Amino acid sequence: MIEIDVGLINYWVVIFLMMTGFYIVMASRNLIKKMVGLSLFQSSVFIMYITAGKVLGGTAPILTKPGTDYSNPLPHVLILTAIVVGIATTGMGMALIIRINEAYGTVEENEIRSQDAAE
Amino acid sequence: MSPDTLLLAAVFLPLASGPLIAITGASPNLRETVTVIAGVITFGFVLCISNLVNDGVQPAVTLMELVPGLSLQLKVEPLGMIFSLIASGLWIATSIYSVGYMRGHGESNQTRYYFFFAVAITAALGVAYAGNLLTLFVFYEVLTLSTYPLVTHERTEEAMRGGRVYMGILISTSVAFLLWAVIWTYHLAGTLDFVDGGILAGRADVPTLTFLLALFAFGTGKAALMPFHRWLPAAMVAPTPVSALLHAVAVVKAGVFSVMKIAVYVFGIDTLNSMGLSQWLQYVAGGTILISSLIAMTKDNLKARLAYSTVSQLSYIVLGAALANELGVLGGSLHIVTHAFGKITLFFCAGAIIVGAHKTEISDMRGLGRRMPFTFGAFLLGSLSIIGLPPFAGAWSKWYLLLAALDADQLILVGVLLVSSLLNIAYLLPVAVTGFFAPPEGEEGGLKEAPVACVLPLCFTAASCIILFFYLDPFLALARRIGG
Amino acid sequence: MIDQHLPILLIVVPLMAAPLCILLRRRELSLILAVVVCWACLSMAARLLQRTLSEGVISYHLGGWPPPWGIEYRVDPVNAFVLLLVAFIGAIVILYAPCSVNAELPEIRTSLFYTAYLLCFTGLMGMTVTGDAFNVFVFLEISSLSTYALIGMGKDRRALTASYRYLVMGTVGATFFVIGLGLMYMKTGTLNMADLARLLPQEMHTRTILAAFAFITVGLSLKLALFPLHVWLPNAYAYAPSIVTAFIAATATKVSVYVFLRFYFTIFGADFAFNNLHIDMFLVPLGLAGIFVASLVAVFQSNIKRMLAYSSVAQVGYMMVGVGLFSVTGLTATLIHLFNHAVMKGALFLAVGCFTLRLGGCELADLRGAGRRMPVTTTAFIFGGLSLIGVPLTVGFVSKWYLVLAALERGWWPVAVLVLLGSLIAVAYIWRVVEAAYFQKPDNEREISEAPLSMLIPTWLLIGATLYFGFTASFTGGVAQRGAEILMGIGS
Repeated sequence: MIEIDVGLINYWVVIFLMMTGFYIVMASRNLIKKMVGLSLFQSSVFIMYITAGKVLGGTAPILTKPGTDYSNPLPHVLILTAIVVGIATTGMGMALIIRINEAYGTVEENEIRSQDAAE
Repeated sequence: MSPDTLLLAAVFLPLASGPLIAITGASPNLRETVTVIAGVITFGFVLCISNLVNDGVQPAVTLMELVPGLSLQLKVEPLGMIFSLIASGLWIATSIYSVGYMRGHGESNQTRYYFFFAVAITAALGVAYAGNLLTLFVFYEVLTLSTYPLVTHERTEEAMRGGRVYMGILISTSVAFLLWAVIWTYHLAGTLDFVDGGILAGRADVPTLTFLLALFAFGTGKAALMPFHRWLPAAMVAPTPVSALLHAVAVVKAGVFSVMKIAVYVFGIDTLNSMGLSQWLQYVAGGTILISSLIAMTKDNLKARLAYSTVSQLSYIVLGAALANELGVLGGSLHIVTHAFGKITLFFCAGAIIVGAHKTEISDMRGLGRRMPFTFGAFLLGSLSIIGLPPFAGAWSKWYLLLAALDADQLILVGVLLVSSLLNIAYLLPVAVTGFFAPPEGEEGGLKEAPVACVLPLCFTAASCIILFFYLDPFLALARRIGG
Repeated sequence: MIDQHLPILLIVVPLMAAPLCILLRRRELSLILAVVVCWACLSMAARLLQRTLSEGVISYHLGGWPPPWGIEYRVDPVNAFVLLLVAFIGAIVILYAPCSVNAELPEIRTSLFYTAYLLCFTGLMGMTVTGDAFNVFVFLEISSLSTYALIGMGKDRRALTASYRYLVMGTVGATFFVIGLGLMYMKTGTLNMADLARLLPQEMHTRTILAAFAFITVGLSLKLALFPLHVWLPNAYAYAPSIVTAFIAATATKVSVYVFLRFYFTIFGADFAFNNLHIDMFLVPLGLAGIFVASLVAVFQSNIKRMLAYSSVAQVGYMMVGVGLFSVTGLTATLIHLFNHAVMKGALFLAVGCFTLRLGGCELADLRGAGRRMPVTTTAFIFGGLSLIGVPLTVGFVSKWYLVLAALERGWWPVAVLVLLGSLIAVAYIWRVVEAAYFQKPDNEREISEAPLSMLIPTWLLIGATLYFGFTASFTGGVAQRGAEILMGIGS
């Protein structure tokens, strides 16, 4: 048995979110739901980065006096970038879904597939 | 010209004539003049090189680095000299013959035909003069690819199927076996140069070297060892001059030449002999000789019969290499010459019969000899040379091969050679006999030969079969010097 | 002055030019800008390779911040070679654009096409040039996002679903990659590649680093289409506009392979990946499976683009086998095949673009009789196909030579045999095209003219490269070998 370490609770949250998102991406047949899953999946990674940089009791790295605990700012910065990427991906995906809907009249994968097969 | 430029010129002149042929394509006379002149000049160059070789000079050119450490290299040695003399000399005859045949038969796309023919000759000369194994492999593949458009010249369904077998077997064997063997040799020996006495001696144990020899022997699919011989009959869908030069001389001889060259310069005769590496190959070659002769007897289509006869005769040369003694190499390399003249004559005749009488099946040729005396006369001479009767050139090479088999104490193989000669009689002579003595079908026409451009070359090659019996010395001198 | 800033200029120039293309609006202007930028990048990449070959590693500090605090661009012969490759393909393929893009895209999208093209170009160059692990992710996403847009521009509506599918799988792959980076960062506190390589050995056997290794392997395998993670690729290549297929097929997977090599050999270290984890036992079978399965599937495709796409999956298999052989020769095979495959596959897809333009499609049936109607294009296709088969005097032969030699050196002769047999399957699918083009009669009697010169010239430039580097591989072989030695940690 894996011992559940309460101190690592944040990682359990991350894993839960990640797997939920991943499952939706894999299992859902609806293109929009897939995008939801994908966003969830990406968000879990954002949380992973940010919690990794957090120091208990740490503040923002604005040093007023030497010796204060502060959280590592670098993961935040990285994740700002990753969030931008995530938004761009979601935007791109949604744009594609709109065009798919225009072209096929549906956003259900099964129906799209049967339309393609009928061609 | 310096020896090296001479060598380059000889190899690449046919290739250079290709664009010229393409440009002059609009005017057939001009185009064919270009082909013939290119052939004559190339042959002139090759003769000059052979004079140099007789004087002991060895022209060698390094062209470019193919992969770091390995270059494309041309180097003349006696065995290659023999092959190049045959290939370039008979190109002239074939070019003249092509003019008669292609026009007489009304073939289309003749420019493409002459173009790829020229490319194929460059490839054949490249094989002949290859200075290392990689160069040999490169030109070998170029030869396969450049002859594909020739084999499938008719562009019919049948040509497509024939081409598939042709490409399929030749490319598969060369990529799966030959390339593997070449790279393996490089890995074992650290070099791919052709060296007197071989480069593999002491580099690996007997099973490995035996396996390597098998890869080489079957990998050179052009040598048509059974069971990789099917491409040769399939290639008979080609126009007859292609079958004549390429599938009696250039392509198939490139195959057996490669086997011979690998045996002599990569393994080394002494290595083969002392380690007993090639014994199994003797039996494979012997088996091919007999089995394909038997198949040849069952074929009624003349070109198919000749194709199986070629398969059988090629194995004589492989046998010469596999016997791995001096007489074997001598006999094998002479057989390259004598069989070339004999078999090209037979193919020329088969083509002349197609053009002159539109007949392809032997059973339809009853009495045709009276209408086409020159053609059938030449066919008879060619047959006798292949059978190996004196005073025809074929007698010499068979004689030396017999001596080689005796020398190696291989009485079974002596028997194979003798039986095979009988089989040759059985499948070649009936053609001429049918032509001359069987009563003709239908009305008796007057003399109706194929065009002069067809008949002239075949008379020339038939005469050569006799001349070479008395005047084989230049080739003999070269053959004696193979392997240092 | 400029010489000193070359690494960043390679990124900044196309990145700035991309939005300009939209602002210019007129498609002729965007085209000219894109061409100028691509050729400028080509000359810069060539200069960089020349410098790094003579001077060794070039380290460029962004904003003057020294690594590991600032972002570092680090150029050695390995990535300079890949940079040159991407720039070369980008510069040649853009010449093909005027006719092809005007024919396949509506006019309002042409400027957008050039924008996306330049962005994709930027992303690929960035992934290659950077010495910072997180930066790789950012550029990876820049190139991926623009690729999704480019693929979605295809005429067929299936281009949209193909693009969507690629988006989902690509994002999953990139996210896996970034998870791996995060885990490494947690253990080492750095993202600079050289710094990571220095700090990782102490943490090597922690579960975190093992997990990071696994995530990065899977994430990158998705991006480089390692069998069986290749499912996004065939449709994406098949339905994208011709020019897009040519560009991404020649560059995108290659850059991913480069990143893969960089992570394996420079960051994790060959010893960790191969001697401890025996990753070769995983790469070689998957590579071989990719070669066989994808090649066999390619034989049964009726659409030429799809056929070549499956062949691309197979070619990635060859590269991975080269990595798995874990020797200087094996890596040389991989690196040289990166270049060789890019050149020949680019040429083939450009030739297919010519067919599509004139014959109205690239189904095998459309190509019937193409040998007579479009002899120049068909000849180009055949040369490219011969190279795919690995015929001597083409680049394909050089790749195969190294790969088989590496397998024999390692003593794995069955691998050598399988590699050779795999290449025979290529004969089957290329020959189907040859037979259709030369032996079959076209269905209609329309008068078909040869493709326009502006498309034929780029196609033949790449075919020329296929032949030239097949005639003499001194340059490519030399650089690839130098790169392989660096990756293996031998020499400088």
